[in-house]
Amino acid sequence: FPGLADVSVSQDIPVEGEITVPVGSHSPDEDYSTLDEPVKDTIMRDLKAVGKKFVHVMYPRKSSTLLRDWDLWGPLVLCVSLALMLQGGSADSRDDGGPQFAEVFVIIWFGAVVITLNSKLLGGTISFFQSLCVLGYCVLPLTMAMLVCRLVLLAGAGTISFIIRLLVVLAMFGWSTLASTAFLADSQPPNRKALVVYPIFLFYFVISWMILTFTPQ
Amino acid sequence: QGGGSAVIDMENMDDTSGSSFEDMGEMHQRMKEEEEEEAEGETGAGEEEDGEFLGMKGLRGQLGRQVADQMWQVGKRQASRAFSLYANIDILRPYFDVEPVQVRARLLESMIPVKMINFPQKIAGELYGPLMLVFTLVAILLHGMKTSDTVIREGTLMGTAIGTCFGYWLGVSSFMYFLAYLCNAQITMVQMLSLLGYGLFGHCITLFVTYNIHFHSLFYIFWLVVGGLSTLRMVAVLISRTVGHTQRLILCGTLAALHMLFLLYLHFAYHKVVEGILDAFEGPNMPPFQRVARDIPVVSNAVLNTTAKAIALTL
Repeated sequence: FPGLADVSVSQDIPVEGEITVPVGSHSPDEDYSTLDEPVKDTIMRDLKAVGKKFVHVMYPRKSSTLLRDWDLWGPLVLCVSLALMLQGGSADSRDDGGPQFAEVFVIIWFGAVVITLNSKLLGGTISFFQSLCVLGYCVLPLTMAMLVCRLVLLAGAGTISFIIRLLVVLAMFGWSTLASTAFLADSQPPNRKALVVYPIFLFYFVISWMILTFTPQ
Repeated sequence: QGGGSAVIDMENMDDTSGSSFEDMGEMHQRMKEEEEEEAEGETGAGEEEDGEFLGMKGLRGQLGRQVADQMWQVGKRQASRAFSLYANIDILRPYFDVEPVQVRARLLESMIPVKMINFPQKIAGELYGPLMLVFTLVAILLHGMKTSDTVIREGTLMGTAIGTCFGYWLGVSSFMYFLAYLCNAQITMVQMLSLLGYGLFGHCITLFVTYNIHFHSLFYIFWLVVGGLSTLRMVAVLISRTVGHTQRLILCGTLAALHMLFLLYLHFAYHKVVEGILDAFEGPNMPPFQRVARDIPVVSNAVLNTTAKAIALTL
């Protein structure tokens, strides 16, 4: 073993010593270590980032903030709240809401992954998580539509409430699709925008349909 | 002692790492020997042997670690090479290289049977159109389940819809490719997937219309006309690529049967399967079909049905 020729093991190596290996765990304080700041600062920073992205979704301008600092907190919060609000919507009282929660989760994430793969295969320049981030944040209008639908359904379930819900869901569906298109279509070659927009349209259509056909107990 | 690297020094001091198999083996060996010595009651000799054992163990530990490290490196290289080979989505990139006008043209062509069957017809090997059509079919199936009069339990039904559509597309394509291989037809797997996928356009149209307007006779007309046109197109393309009467008959008969029967199944039996799943969940206490009227069919179906009746009467 030529590589071990210069290894010498002497008998008086002390057995005691540091068990923790001091490699990188004591980073200097002037480094960008956020380990020592108060928890409130960390949470507020992340909350502000998420809030800024929500504002970008509601007023879609062509800024690249949403794309550059992607995070998945917002999509997770939106997905969970939408799934929670869609529970209890079947007439079977023994349904404990299990499949519905998992179904919404799986549809949103699986659908977002498929759309991202599709846009990458069509020659898009956006990265995987950036696309997931945008698609997840653009579920915000539909979550608001779900909230409105639940409130409207508290008042009654007649034809008028159906028309109101239809209009609200249609409007929010259009807003979601436009918002996500504004961010994602720029990363595609110009003549292929329709090919990328169609799966996004289908994706938000399925979610809108789930919201519209929700009838509470 | 200076020749060793810092890694080896630390590993000398840290003798409880389990990072190589020899370490674990020797740790167990040492623990067993400690037990034996405690049983014998010779702690002094045990410590002496432990000291020497540490030295020997140190050397063998380093050797073990080097070997383990090398194995890890080689394994990692192999894994990353395999990953970049198989999980590289760039393999699929050529099949998604389409323009919107091409997709639209192919959608319309899928309903027009070709006349010239003596010359092998060109099939575009693209996967974007078929994939989007399969997803559209899934969405239409969900829409159909919502507007029919059955209680929807969404979790299982979503999985069933996706499984049915993808299963049909991938399964029947593979089966037809196998038959084509047996019958010596000139067609590749991607072309088969593409052909069958575009044939689903007729299914999408038929189901979209008949899920909203519930007339059995209307469905049969659509089944024959729309389903028939797309079947004729696929059959003509296959005939143009096969030689021999028996082979043509086998291939085209199978494809026509499967295609038309799938549409029938989606319209009629799919709901039964769905209700069967719901029955299985709801158990014996619930009535077999829990028909709950939803406000959507009440409004829109009534309107559409009366419109269709009026149109049928005037024709």
